[in-house]
Formats: sequence, C-alpha cells, structure tokens
Amino acid sequence: MSANHDRSNLLEVRGLTKIFGSLTACDHIDLNIAKGEIHALLGENGAGKSTLVKMLFGSLEPNAGEIFWDGKPVKITSPGVAKKLGIGMVFQHFSLFEALTAAENIALSLNDGSPISTIAAKARALSFSYGLPLDPDSLVGDLSVGERQRIEIIRCLLQTPQLIILDEPTSVLTPQEADKLFETLERLRSEGKSILYISHRLEEVKRICDSATVLRHGKVVGHCNPRQETAASLARMMVGSEVKAVERAPAEGIETAPALLEIRGLTRKPATPFAIPLKNINLTVRAGEVIGIAGVAGNGQGEFFESVSGEVLQQDAGSVRIRGKDVGALSITGRRLMGAAFVPEERLGHGAAPRMKLSENLLLSRHATDGKAFVGSGGMVKNSTVYSAAQRIITAMDVRKSAPDPEAAALSGGNLQKFIVGRELDRKPSVMVVNQPTWGVDAGAAARIRQALIELARSGSAVLVISQDLDELFELSDAIAVMHNGDLSKPLPIAEATFEKIGLLMGGAEPGHAEHSLEMA
Amino acid sequence: MMRIELVKRPQRSALFSVLSPFIAFALTMIAGGIMFALLGVNPLDAFNIYFIQPISEVWQLHELAIKAAPLILIAVGLSVCYKANIWNIGAEGQFIFGAIFGSIIPVLFPQFEGPLVIPLMLLLGMVGGAFYASIPAFLKTRFSTNEILTSLMLVYVAQLFLDWLVRGPWRDPEGHGFPQTIQFGDSAVLPELMPDAGRANWGFVFALVAAVAIWLMMSRMLKGFEVRVLGSSPRAGRFAGFGFNRMVFFTFLLSGALAGLAGISEVSGAIGQLQPVISPGYGFTAIIVAFLGRLNPLGIVAAGLVLALTYLGGEAVQSALGISDKVARVFQGMLLFFVLGCDTLIHYRIRLIGMALTKANGTAQLEAAPKLEEAR
Repeated sequence: MSANHDRSNLLEVRGLTKIFGSLTACDHIDLNIAKGEIHALLGENGAGKSTLVKMLFGSLEPNAGEIFWDGKPVKITSPGVAKKLGIGMVFQHFSLFEALTAAENIALSLNDGSPISTIAAKARALSFSYGLPLDPDSLVGDLSVGERQRIEIIRCLLQTPQLIILDEPTSVLTPQEADKLFETLERLRSEGKSILYISHRLEEVKRICDSATVLRHGKVVGHCNPRQETAASLARMMVGSEVKAVERAPAEGIETAPALLEIRGLTRKPATPFAIPLKNINLTVRAGEVIGIAGVAGNGQGEFFESVSGEVLQQDAGSVRIRGKDVGALSITGRRLMGAAFVPEERLGHGAAPRMKLSENLLLSRHATDGKAFVGSGGMVKNSTVYSAAQRIITAMDVRKSAPDPEAAALSGGNLQKFIVGRELDRKPSVMVVNQPTWGVDAGAAARIRQALIELARSGSAVLVISQDLDELFELSDAIAVMHNGDLSKPLPIAEATFEKIGLLMGGAEPGHAEHSLEMA
Repeated sequence: MMRIELVKRPQRSALFSVLSPFIAFALTMIAGGIMFALLGVNPLDAFNIYFIQPISEVWQLHELAIKAAPLILIAVGLSVCYKANIWNIGAEGQFIFGAIFGSIIPVLFPQFEGPLVIPLMLLLGMVGGAFYASIPAFLKTRFSTNEILTSLMLVYVAQLFLDWLVRGPWRDPEGHGFPQTIQFGDSAVLPELMPDAGRANWGFVFALVAAVAIWLMMSRMLKGFEVRVLGSSPRAGRFAGFGFNRMVFFTFLLSGALAGLAGISEVSGAIGQLQPVISPGYGFTAIIVAFLGRLNPLGIVAAGLVLALTYLGGEAVQSALGISDKVARVFQGMLLFFVLGCDTLIHYRIRLIGMALTKANGTAQLEAAPKLEEAR
C-alpha cells in the first residue's frame, strides 16, 4: 500500500475509512493534494466531507487507511499533531470569545506564552500583508462576521501551516467580502501553500480551485479539474442525478392582495451587550408572494425572527400584525393559532429537540394548533395520530431516515430540515416565516424545500424567507430586502435586484440608496 | 504530569444504561465490604445482618414499606423537577412544612373529629409543602436566584421552625416539658393497611399511586412532554410556546406537594405527633432514590425499597454489631456516588493526557505523544 507516494504531493490519503456503528461515513477515501494548489472537496451534506476533514485534522481516528505527509507516513492522533505537521484549519463555526479582543483570542489558541503585544503586532503585520485588514485590539463582539473570519484565518496563518483547510468559508460573507478572500487564497497559493477548500458553491469552486475531489455517500466518485466542468456537471457528480431547477411562476396581482404579515416600526433594544438592536423595521408581505431578507449573519436576523415569531413579545402590539390583527402581545402559540408558522435557523435545539423522536418533534410546534387532533381529553397525547401525521410528513417531504421514528439528532441536517419545514407546510399556514431554509442542506433537499415554499406562496400564503444565501433568495423571492446592523432596507423587486446592489446593501450602503452607492463604488 | 479529560462518547450504550444502577449497587457492596472489613467485622456477616435479616419476616416488610413510602413519594416529585432541569434540593424542608400544615387540625383543633379529618390533613399537608416550595420558585423566576442554594437553605429554616413550634406554641402542655405536640386523636391517624400483619399504612399506597400517576403524566401526557422538552432543550421549548417560568412553578409546586404529602403521612401514620425531628433525612435520600431509579417513576419504586432497606440495615447493624447507624448514610452516599459515576461514564470516556509534550520532529514521537487510555 505504501507505493508511489509522490514528493510533489503535500498530502496523500490512501483508503481512509471511518465507521460509526453501522454507518461507513468514509469508505476507502483516496485524496492527493499537490503543493501550491487549491483543492476543492465537494459533496452534499452527509457525503463524508466533515468526517474526512476531522480525520485529517486529528479530531477523529480513522478505522483504516494511511496518510502520507510530504511522502512520509504519519498518524494524526490529535489536532495538536496536525498543527505541528503544518495543517491549519478554519472552521465554519468560529470559536471566538466575544468579550476578548482579536489578539487575546489569537493568544489563547497559540498558547505559547508570548506577550499579547507581540502577538498583536505579528497579527497586524500578517493581516495587512495578506490584504485582510484587522485591528487586533478590537473586541470580537464588535466585529462583523467577515472580520471574525479574518481572525480565524490569521490565527491559522500565524502557525505557518503548509496546508490550510477552509470549511465553507464564504457562507458568511457578502459577495464583495468573498472576492477579497479569494485574492488572499490566490496569494497563499502563489507562496506554495496548499489549500483544501470545502464548499458546495460550485461557481466559486470553478473560479478558484485547481482540482477537486467529489464525495458521495462516503465514497470518492471522482477527481476532476473543476475549470473543465460546468456547474451542472459538478452538481450531477455530487448528487448522482440531475437536480431539478426550482420553478417560480410570476406572481400576479400581488399589489392588491391582502397583507397577511405586516411589520410596523418594529424596534427592539439589544438583549445582551453583543446583540443587535432592531431599528424601526417596516415590511409588508402579501398573500401570494415570497419576500426575501438578505444580510450577512449577525446583523439582527435572529433578533428579528424571535420578534416576529413571538418568542420575544413586543411593547407595541401593533408592531407585528398577522392577517390584519395586532399580535405584538401574543405569544408564539397565539401567533400560530392566527395561522402563522415559523422555522428557525438552528435545527437542533431550537426547531427540534435533538433527543426526541420525530413524532414528538411534530408535537413540539403543533400541540396547540392541532390540539384537537393530537391531544385528547385530560391532556393525554394521542400517540398513534401524531405518529401517523409524522409519517405523512416524512412521505410528503421524502425524509430519509434509518428507523421508522428516529430521534431528530439521528437525521442528517438536510433530512431534518425537510421534516421541520414539512411539519409547518402540513398545516397549510397562511403566514410562513423561515430563517435560513436550506442552510447546510444538500442540493436535492434544498430544491425541494424551495419549491415547496414557492408553492405555498402561490396557493395564497405570505412567505418571508431570511437567508444568507443570495443564490437562494434570487431563486425564491419576488422581492428582496436587506438587513444590515438592525436596519431593514426597502424590498427591491426581483426584476430590479442584482447581486451587486444587494451585496452593497449587505455591506452597509445606506438602505434605499442602492443606486447612489453603486455610482460611488 | 497527567491531565484527565472527559471525552463525550459518540454513542450511548443502551445495555450499560440499563445495567448502570446494578453496577453501581455492586460497586457499593464491594466498597461497603471493605468498610466493614476495616471496622473489624466479617463483611459476609455484616451483609447478612444489613441486607437480608431486616426483610426476612412479614412485619419487617411492613417496616420496609413505612420507610419506602416517603422516599418514593418525594422522589417521584423530584424526578419531574430534575427532568425539567430544575434542581429542587429542598424536599426535606417541604416535607417538614407539609407535616406542620397537616398537623394544624389535630394540634389546634383536637376536638374536630370524623372521617373528614384525614383527607383535610392530607390536603393541608400538600398545600404546606407546595407553599414552601413556591418560595425558591418565586425567587428563581423573579430574581434569577439559584434554586439549588435557596431550596437547600430553606431546609434549615424549616427544621428550626419545627423545633421552635414543638418547644414553644405547639408544645403539649401535659407532656412533662418534652418538646412534642399532643398525640393525634384517633381520627387524625392514618389507618394501617393490614393491622394484623404489620404497621404499614396508607402512605405506601399513596406512594404507589403517585408513582403510576406521574409515570402516566411523563410518558403519555402533553404536560410530561412539556417537562421533557424544556428540560432537554429549553430553546426548543420556548419555540414550542412552553413557558419556562410556568414550568419552574409547576415542578416546584408538584414536588413540594408530594413531599408535603409524605410529611403529613409520616407524622399522622408512623409517628402520631410532631417532634423536633420527624425525618431521618428522607428529603435528601429521595434525591438518591430519584437518580437510582433513573428518574423513571416506576424505577423509583424499586429504588425507594432499596434505600429504605439501607435505613433498616443501619438500625440492624447498630443493634447487632454495635456499629453506628450512620453507616446507613455511608451506604446511601456511596450509592449516589457510584450511580452518578456510572452515568457519567455512559456519556463520557476518560482520557489521560500526558502534559510533557516534547518538541516533535519525527513521526515516531508524534505517535507517542498523546497516550489514550479508555475507561471501561
């Protein structure tokens, strides 16, 4: 097995296998990363990307297989070992302390006892030389998500890695910020460093990656040069079949349709020192339309969702209206009974209780709206009715699972999301508010969820979608508004919206003055 | 230098989740055997006296039921709290207040007799326990105080309040100065179940009924679902529209009422009057019972009988071997320790990590660096 390891390859992986119980998450994976290349790792959710990367970074131990670093066999038994070899990782979810400065956060991970001022100076120098300007003395809590990512990248670069693993790095960036990041990555490549780039955004991969390894169901289905492929051919490799394009019939007569969800001057003070205040938000969603809210994560979308859903109540009852009634003082249950349905961003722990079965998770959001059907006399739950309703949703949304009624945590992200969205669609709500409908969801499932949301709107409901994924919003929405720092711009009708205009608004150009800002830029 | 880390297991073993209480019990026996040996007693003899002899005759089983009843009643209430991730540690105080409230009728109105007395006393007992439990609930919801501290500290307040009552205003004027109330009248005494066979009273029936009722609630009813959701994922609970503050009050009032019922049943059944001390620590031992029973009301019935046996065994070794009956406390403590230890090892494995990492150049050293050692 230890034949042909080429010294021009920085990392070679042969037959790497990881088994969890009955599931083979990674099945004899082969992967070569050459020196000075950007290598894409493609695959749907649950294809085994994270498992593979965790083995490369030493946080999981492989059951079988070999790893060669610079031609020599190595065992990566812990992240510390990976770091010593020269493997750095930038995670999708940052691990930063908001109450500390950027430099202090970096010092914590370096853990080598050098004084903060030295680290700050090094970080500042490095950040400017790579075109990632960062003030090491600023509090993380005050920084945007893009800036926080820079801290993570600089923290990684300070350890002078030869191989940098980036997990979905652009999912939290505006298009303009992503362009900046690509410049940095190309700069690193020109210095001979290798990059393993995990993404499901195929256009990006085509643009910056030199080679790609595609995973499906834990197996390598192909190595290719993404520049010679089309986005459609890459998607086919990932999914194994054609992904149906989402169809959006033009919305007609929207202007005269009744307003089902109205937000009138919604204002909210920050609940914690690092929360975003909501500033006088106004928005109307009419029957039959999908309104999208774009924005970089952490600009108040979470606060906005909580206020609209009724998890947090409003001082002014009229600031949220559902079907013409003031609901600002109603709880989430009260708003559901008015015909509204909600899908939060976090699946596990917010939209669903991880250790509970799917049928119990159905009860979670519908115990009141379907009280007659699901709960009998004396508060006894009608388990069989709930169970068959859950099965109905599972069939309708094509939720793939390993047991008839598994725990929510046992499902892959995409399948759980299909269930959570399906749970609300099953009620045929007249108002549906969804935060990040397809975050971390594979292409096939995402298309299905988006199509379902459009169909709900066209059947006469009002649908509000909050998302960081611009492609998604352009696919779904009849108009897009942008949330930045707790402000919401006026919705731009989809015919007038472009990536540039929305991107500038996401970056903080004054709402309502998109044209003007464009001229400036 | 070694560092010990707990690493979360990817999967929980279903087998060991079931075996855990039994393993804990076995480990307790081993440690207990060592303790008896160190005390200079043959462990086998001691075990015979401690665990076998106290339940070898029918009347002794009645004694076991008397001890088990309050433990089970309190523990099923506590299990609801703990499932909701709310930590009522003050059941001992709620037990005492239940006893005090329930005793109002026989102590202050001894002339009131008839079949209504007992139901009223039981009801007042539940009100007393619930009232006393509402204090930490109020403090937690209003001022975000830690309910572990407040409920625990209120236990001592309750104990001293009872002490003052029986030495002061409620002291039996014809009791020769003894700190106790008058003996309860006949209609204020909880009837025995089978007076010919032994002393066990209706308290044990209440315990069984409570266990089945709470089991039904937790497994079949929307309320139980609410408890489980809020306990395991509070944010999902809020999304479901379940109120956390309402849940704090619900669990405290429910567990307080059951502890209060246990208190008045104990006083009106087994004791027959109020004294400075009416509980050998039932409220605290019930915490062990709740966990040993896996927070499952039916498991709690079994666990309650086991812990009741530790009390009887403690008394037995004291009279037979002259060992302090504090040995019962030791057994209870060890049992809780081993139960929690086993439960922790189901969820986590232990990893020992060498701190002396040398500067590594080659692969060989890298491989050797972190030594993994797994606990069972």
